[in-house]
Amino acid sequence: MNIVVCVKQVPDTATERKLRSDDNTLDRDAADGVVNELDEYAVEEALKLKEAHGGEVTVLTMGPGKATETIRKALAMGADKAVHLSDDALHGSDALSTSYAMAQALNKVGFDLVVLGSESTDARTGVLAAMLAERLGVAQLTLANKVDVDGTSITIQRITDYGYDRVEATLPAVVSVVEKINEPRYPSFKGIMAAKKKPVETLAIGDASIDPSQVGLAAAWSEVVDFAAAPPRAAGTIVKDEGDGGAKAAEFLASKKFI
Amino acid sequence: MIAPTALFALDTLLTEEEREIRSTVRRVCDREIRPHVAGWFEDGELPARELARTLGSVGVLGMHLDGYGCAGMGAVSYGLACLELEAADSGLRSLVSVQGSLAMYAIWKYGSEEQKQEWLPAMAAGERIGCFGLTEPDFGSDPGGMRATAKREGGDWVLNGTKMWITNGSVSDVAVVWARTDEGVRGFLVPAGTPGLTVNDVKHKISLRASVTSELVLDGVRLPGEAMLPGARGLSGPLGCLNEARFGIVFGSMGAALDCLETAIAYAGDREVFARPLASFQLTQEKLADMALELGKGLLLAVHLGRLKEAGTITPEQVSAGKLNNVREALEIARKCRTLLGASGVTLEYPVIRHSVNLESVLTYEGTSEIHTLVLGKALTGISAFS
Ligand SMILES: Cc1cc2nc3c(=O)[nH]c(=O)nc-3n(C[C@H](O)[C@H](O)[C@H](O)COP(=O)(O)OP(=O)(O)OC[C@H]3O[C@@H](n4cnc5c(N)ncnc54)[C@H](O)[C@@H]3O)c2cc1C
Ligand SMILES: Cc1cc2nc3c(=O)[nH]c(=O)nc-3n(C[C@H](O)[C@H](O)[C@H](O)COP(=O)(O)OP(=O)(O)OC[C@H]3O[C@@H](n4cnc5c(N)ncnc54)[C@H](O)[C@@H]3O)c2cc1C
Repeated sequence: MNIVVCVKQVPDTATERKLRSDDNTLDRDAADGVVNELDEYAVEEALKLKEAHGGEVTVLTMGPGKATETIRKALAMGADKAVHLSDDALHGSDALSTSYAMAQALNKVGFDLVVLGSESTDARTGVLAAMLAERLGVAQLTLANKVDVDGTSITIQRITDYGYDRVEATLPAVVSVVEKINEPRYPSFKGIMAAKKKPVETLAIGDASIDPSQVGLAAAWSEVVDFAAAPPRAAGTIVKDEGDGGAKAAEFLASKKFI
Repeated sequence: MIAPTALFALDTLLTEEEREIRSTVRRVCDREIRPHVAGWFEDGELPARELARTLGSVGVLGMHLDGYGCAGMGAVSYGLACLELEAADSGLRSLVSVQGSLAMYAIWKYGSEEQKQEWLPAMAAGERIGCFGLTEPDFGSDPGGMRATAKREGGDWVLNGTKMWITNGSVSDVAVVWARTDEGVRGFLVPAGTPGLTVNDVKHKISLRASVTSELVLDGVRLPGEAMLPGARGLSGPLGCLNEARFGIVFGSMGAALDCLETAIAYAGDREVFARPLASFQLTQEKLADMALELGKGLLLAVHLGRLKEAGTITPEQVSAGKLNNVREALEIARKCRTLLGASGVTLEYPVIRHSVNLESVLTYEGTSEIHTLVLGKALTGISAFS
């Protein structure tokens, strides 16, 4: 099975994240880049599927040159090779144009199954899997906490508020995973060494037949008009329990629209 | 604000691969060790088998050895792994040091091909754990006086004696035991459960509580002839292993110090005294600056010694210099950080006092600070003050 796993580099959630003052996009140089956490689960699931069914795992990353660090991490975990879609023209792409560019790259690379995390910690749109499947004209199996492949048929458990749905489809397909699906392995030292020798193909937009007028900041359907620093955290509310603590806590949660 | 290590641009001395190894070990520690270690310390218990498997799967165990399932990494990578482990807890670093640098190294360096095949791959994977029995109740700094004996009986060896303060003792599958024979001190591989071997844990330790320490009693332990390590004869055998493990401590101790210093800097920034942050007082800043200097110097020394080790030119005296300086300074830093935390510093809420009491063991094992001082004294004067 030819599995492509999409891996994104995101700014470390432990550091302060900033937007650029010139074009209101994320300042990717301001913070250390790390593998988007959910994508580690996607890599793990891809590796498990390969271990069970054979085949090959290819990492696909769209991002600036710096994203090679992230690609190497995924390769160190055990992926076989990588494709790095990198072009200045892609800077500022929104979800729609990202899904277009990624779909073009996936069509070029070829796949039986695409696995990705259900959202990224920076943009948090959670729409890429659906958009990709639509653009590729294949089934979407999103929010999976379990994946089974049998020949050309694929079944997932999609987590829902009431339990889970069983969703079945025929390959090729796009699967997005949630963190309950597995426990990602650590890259081993041998994996780190081996990763250096694995092939990484870099694609510019022309190599993937991406139309420059459909990507980048200028083509984005969404726009960041303005931004401001988050206000400092206000002092917490102390609820004193005079026998009615439960009701007061519920009231508070309701006032914040949590319940 | 910059990190204490950034003052010395330490990362510029490391290769990308070394930084990746460091970040991998740091992540394992952040996820698997840090959330639990204060509890293990308090309870005096450690899930050693589970941890060994996790660390083995990453490649930490025997990582500086070649072949037999070992990762074959450089000395600086090994040092950085020790640093990250010891930043979590010296007990974890001890587990790894004893496994990789004492037990595995002894087999790797002095063992027969059969011994290597039998033990090293499983030990590298963390499926089997080893310990190293040199110290005895009456002979620590002076192991040459050891009383444990191994006598030939036909083709077999029969071992008698007591080994004390043995890290990983009761969780081990194999003990590397050093004993006196007619042909000088020799090493033996004693599998767990061999009749005549009794293992008792040392209770009531107040240091390295997240580490297993045991006594090994050998009462007529009969081993086949091939249980002896063929390549080691005389005290140079065990001393060669200790030199390996000591090297890890040169880095490891600085990890404990770094964790203390980072904790203290954060605390001093948050804590208000006399209506100002504790960090704003000159006395505090002097403490922090002095500690950052010693930490940086110790780390530079560690990386320097690592490069010498990679080049194959490092001498035992240089390792002694590193161990003596870095453990002594780490302990000093831990104690100074403890003062900054005030009363909070005496609790396990913060890692500082745990590091501080752990470092008391580190000061003593792998050659006490006094013995390393005497090693340097002998190197400088040509006169031995040992005896
Ligand atoms: C937690 C822990 C784990 C350990 N793990 C292991 C292990 O896995 N395997 C193992 O074999 N051992 C292990 N040890 C033992 C350790 O190596 C010894 O404790 C150490 O060598 C010191 O020996 P001792 O405790 O007998 O002290 P002693 O040798 O009795 O020394 C007592 C004091 O006298 C000083 N001293 C000794 N000789 C001189 C001299 N000539 N001049 C001046 N001062 C001197 C020492 O520096 C020390 O301060 C461990 C110890 C601890 C605490
Ligand atoms: C086991 C224990 C028992 C205790 N029992 C009692 C008790 O029975 N009754 C009681 O009232 N208290 C008790 N205490 C509290 C003790 O008196 C306080 O811990 C002590 O006064 C220090 O206060 P703190 O812990 O808040 O540290 P802090 O005041 O926060 O001090 C933290 C650090 O900052 C330093 N510092 C503070 N101000 C400055 C400055 N201006 N410039 C430079 N450095 C500064 C301090 O020296 C210290 O190193 C006890 C504490 C302990 C640990």
